[in-house]
Amino acid sequence: MELQVDEKRAFATTGGRAFDVNQPTVLLVHGAGMDHTVWVLQTRYFAHHGHNVLAIDLPGHGRSEGPALTSIGDMADWLSRLLDAAGVEAAAVVGHSMGSLIAIEFSARYPERVTTAALLSIAVPMAVSEELLSAAKANNHDAIDMITVWGHGQGAQLGGHKAPGLWMTGCAERLLEQAADSVLYTDLSACNDYQGGLDAASKIQCPVLVVLGRDDRMTPPRAASGLAKALPEAQTVIIEACGHMMMIEEPDQVLDTLKHAI
Amino acid sequence: MAKPNSPRFDTLSLHAGQHPDPVTGSRAVPIYQTTSYVFQDVDHAASLFNLERAGHVYSRISNPTTAVLEERIASLEGGVGAVCTASGQAALHLAVATILDAGHHIVSSGSIYGGSHNMFTHTMPRFGIETTFVDPRDPGAFRDAIRPETRLLFGETLGNPGLEILDIPAVAEVAHDAGLPLLIDSTFATPYLFRPFEWGADLIMHSATKFLGGHGIAIGGIVVDGGTFDWEASGKFPTLTEPYAGYHGLDFVEEFGPQAYVMRARSEGLRDFGACLSPANAFHILQGVETLPLRMKRHVENTRQIVGYLDNNESVAWVSYPELPNHPDHALAKARFPNGCGAVFSFGIQGGREAGRKFIESLGVFSHLANIGDAKSLVIHPATTTHQQMDAEALKAAGISEDLIRLSVGLEDPQDLIDDLERALRASQR
Repeated sequence: MELQVDEKRAFATTGGRAFDVNQPTVLLVHGAGMDHTVWVLQTRYFAHHGHNVLAIDLPGHGRSEGPALTSIGDMADWLSRLLDAAGVEAAAVVGHSMGSLIAIEFSARYPERVTTAALLSIAVPMAVSEELLSAAKANNHDAIDMITVWGHGQGAQLGGHKAPGLWMTGCAERLLEQAADSVLYTDLSACNDYQGGLDAASKIQCPVLVVLGRDDRMTPPRAASGLAKALPEAQTVIIEACGHMMMIEEPDQVLDTLKHAI
Repeated sequence: MAKPNSPRFDTLSLHAGQHPDPVTGSRAVPIYQTTSYVFQDVDHAASLFNLERAGHVYSRISNPTTAVLEERIASLEGGVGAVCTASGQAALHLAVATILDAGHHIVSSGSIYGGSHNMFTHTMPRFGIETTFVDPRDPGAFRDAIRPETRLLFGETLGNPGLEILDIPAVAEVAHDAGLPLLIDSTFATPYLFRPFEWGADLIMHSATKFLGGHGIAIGGIVVDGGTFDWEASGKFPTLTEPYAGYHGLDFVEEFGPQAYVMRARSEGLRDFGACLSPANAFHILQGVETLPLRMKRHVENTRQIVGYLDNNESVAWVSYPELPNHPDHALAKARFPNGCGAVFSFGIQGGREAGRKFIESLGVFSHLANIGDAKSLVIHPATTTHQQMDAEALKAAGISEDLIRLSVGLEDPQDLIDDLERALRASQR
């Protein structure tokens, strides 16, 4: 579905069903350098089970016009304007990696618009290694290789995609290669610069779900320990033998966890 | 911190797509000899049918053993995914049928497997798809043959049987300038010798019957999606970019992104055409893939020795192998095939057709049959067998002469192969 946000084209997939504003909405926010397609093994289910789905492309990603936004705060504000454009008052917000930071900030700034916040593969703060930032800044393919290797659990390096015949790391590489120059660096810088995570978490009023991968090398479970203290009521689920790209590595566990929370 | 490395080729050949069975601990890939899979409940069943969840429904569409082979070859080629088929011909048909409709047109290299040539020349036109054949050594000829209704460019990495080396970057540029994908049959090369996606190809197909399986015991094919072609920007491929009524309006590119093609190939192509690979054959081919790097190295070593022997034999009129300086594609071979140009090549025998008959019938170690890529050495006379449906003009265009004999060099002791050839060549000249 195409929307106009800030007089620019903004895209969200609706999971193969027409958008019905009278249904509850699930808003899904992708991570750095990616787009809405990372949610394909969750969106179609929600859309065919009584929910509106808005799996968005952030500005400058996928089918949404750019430029990419440069701060997590700006991205959170943009989400609010996107919901306005879609005619949605409140939604369950699901974010992955950078998207989880956006979800935290959005939930703190617009508490009336969030029914549930699901934070997948989150670290607070989300420090990005200098090597990765440098490679991304130079638009060097090494950055994509680093994310592809670090972004999948050890087992996933050898495949085992739940969708028969798909090669997991190949899919991740191609998706990241589709991003325009500088988009990945802009995203990673926004993650690295964002220091308001714990403060935002303390302001969240809705139920919160935190989902972490035991084998996540980019946002390991220990990197969310501060968040757990700031969100004592949050439900935390750790998926065993799973890396950072949990929606693809363990799509059913992620979907079932989200189903119960939303 | 150094850049991390993903698993390398030899490791992927053995492990990609499989983890030890979590229930039994089986290290080898189990043969899931089943037609169908029990659903957890009614909702789970409906979700699988509607592509809301990933998983297996029915072995015509997917099977756990076959899926390992698909992932493994996708990993070795560097693609996003793959679909196995009942044969290489089924792979070619699936690759075409996924994106072409009646009224569409293909531009193909003229130097391709006779069965593929036949499909394009005689069978596809019955379904409204026409093909123009061009010189594989002339990328400009591909460009000149493109029409408004063209939807695919096709060629073989190493042409059959002349080993014409397709200039894939040049032909890919022609294709992409026209908003078209380039499909490559890479059966002769295997990903061990050449990886077409790294040179600009968009789709790859193999007859897995050949070097991938390597033992001459199982027929199979595979289509691999590189995930690089921008179907949306091209605007010429509605099967991928417009709602598909066969899945309640599913738009494959919108929902699946880079893996749109391979998802459509499976969910429509296997579901409706049904040319699936059996799990037992997938298992057999997997046994071959495990040793692909070792076998291809030895295939090439043996081939180089035999090429050297034949090139200096007075009973041999000519030898065509790209590593020889007189081959028209020698420069390309040196630049792009450092590990060799495969183990299939052709030569001409002094004395023409009759000498060729005596030669083939005098061989003892080489087997006279219609296949390549076996661990055992093979021989055939294409003009009367694999390419017999082609007329004289097409044979000439494909570089197939009456005296041409094609060898597929196996893994035997190379001296035994040379002794066999020596004996048969002497017999042919009597």
